[in-house]
Amino acid sequence: MIVFIVFEDVCKCYYDIRERQEVVALDDVSLGITQGEFATVIGPSGCGKTTLLNLVAGFEPPTSGRVLIEGCAITGPGPDRGVVFQEYALFPWLTTRQNVEYGLLERRVPAEDARERTDQYLRLVGLAGWENRYPHELSGGMRQRAALARVLVNQPKILLMDEPFAAVDAQTRAILQRELVRLWELSGQTVLFITHSVEEAVLLGDRVIAMTARPGRIKAAIPIELLRPRDPTSPEFNAYRRDIQDLVGAEIPAAQESGVDGRVAPGRFTLS
Amino acid sequence: MAGMSPLSAAADVAAGIRPAQRRPPGEPSRMSRTGRRWAVPVAILVLWQVLAVVGLLPRSSFPSPADVLQAWWTWAAGPRIALAWYSGTWVPYMLLSLRRVVIGFTIAAGGGIGLGVLIGWYAAVDDLFDGVINFMRSIPMTAWLPFAVFFFGIHEPAALFLIALGSFFPIVVNAAAGTKQTPRLLIRAALMLGTKPQRLLVRVVIPSALPSIFTGLRVGLGLAWVLVIVAEMLAVQGGLGYALWSAYQFDRLDLIIAAILSVGTLGLSSDRLLRALSNRVLRWQTGL
Repeated sequence: MIVFIVFEDVCKCYYDIRERQEVVALDDVSLGITQGEFATVIGPSGCGKTTLLNLVAGFEPPTSGRVLIEGCAITGPGPDRGVVFQEYALFPWLTTRQNVEYGLLERRVPAEDARERTDQYLRLVGLAGWENRYPHELSGGMRQRAALARVLVNQPKILLMDEPFAAVDAQTRAILQRELVRLWELSGQTVLFITHSVEEAVLLGDRVIAMTARPGRIKAAIPIELLRPRDPTSPEFNAYRRDIQDLVGAEIPAAQESGVDGRVAPGRFTLS
Repeated sequence: MAGMSPLSAAADVAAGIRPAQRRPPGEPSRMSRTGRRWAVPVAILVLWQVLAVVGLLPRSSFPSPADVLQAWWTWAAGPRIALAWYSGTWVPYMLLSLRRVVIGFTIAAGGGIGLGVLIGWYAAVDDLFDGVINFMRSIPMTAWLPFAVFFFGIHEPAALFLIALGSFFPIVVNAAAGTKQTPRLLIRAALMLGTKPQRLLVRVVIPSALPSIFTGLRVGLGLAWVLVIVAEMLAVQGGLGYALWSAYQFDRLDLIIAAILSVGTLGLSSDRLLRALSNRVLRWQTGL
């Protein structure tokens, strides 16, 4: 197996303007993700999951250490790494079609080819017939599909997903999860998928990477040896779920102590 | 990829379809809403005319709506006579004021949007201009009138300078604010999709700032009408403001009112026009 994405002793610090102090988001993270792997990352709120993803996306540089893709250091964001954001981040002034077509046209793909590929991916995510709507005219689930199509149409080597289904309803989420796995199995892309749901992590991941509370470290990386499609009601699935729940649950008091999300009640941490 | 079944979108279809606009029970019909909108202006006119007819408003000092209309008619359609500014001059005066507003406002819009976007996007430009603009902005625009006349004389450029300067500030401030509020997420999304950093301004920042830019344009256009009247009353010849001041000097309250209503009508129409343009450009925003 080829190690595709490598984190080498990565630290990331921020200066928190409100708290007026340095905050360590990631502390000495070393991790390898192999080509074609579907890796899910889970951990308590504020543990640096999103930071991990931002480093691979090239939105931020590490404070120390290195992040490598196929042995090369990341210099900035690019279309080889597609990011699906939790808040969709569609361009509100572009229609669904224009949003999906955007990346192709930015890379000067001829208009006709771009149109054809856009049509293909719109069909793929079930948005045929909604091409001319603006994002605010779509439901949350449809927006997330448009955001997914906008990234997939560029055929990125790496798919980075930051709690992409957290804001859609449960039924739509189940459909999107299934379709994502289907698309991934076809494309062979490497996926880094951030979630706060243990069930989602176990359902989707080849490997679940559990993180500690801030400062974020890798607590464990658990391979999920279940055949796909996975049945979330099976005893094996539940065994994984329980183990990972315990791992992550142990971090919650620490997360609260460190002041992360200190304002909200413990009930806020829905980990199922 | 061909031959794959598309995602089922049934749930989303249900969520996305918007029902045809229908009037809920208890809502007034379109007709009665139009009626309500005209009720107050019509009532004022009727009351004013009645007060004049029954003699509560002394006819010698306060004209009735009919008197105003008659004076307006002479002003608009009467014969052109040398020195008689009150006869047959409405159209050329109106066009003169309109021309001044259009030229001054266009200069202000071009400069204001351009500089505003640069201030919002480049911190260095912001540092250079922020102080100057905020200082100049706090000077009442009418204070510039003596300066303008001193500099340009009682000629066209004095009026254009005043109009352009006055409407420039709301435009530049709104354009800068809109640009600064560009969501970081959208900039990241564009970079991730392959937009070159030097293209971000055109691809993301300006489209995202357009609602603010239009807000600034509408405020600026309103100010342009204020300033054209001020300039015409005090500095330049011709135009509705000039007629307004002449009417005052000749004790013609009927024409003062006619001129005020003319300016109001033009201001409202130009704002409507700009709003229609804005609604068209910001189509993506409707219902947001």
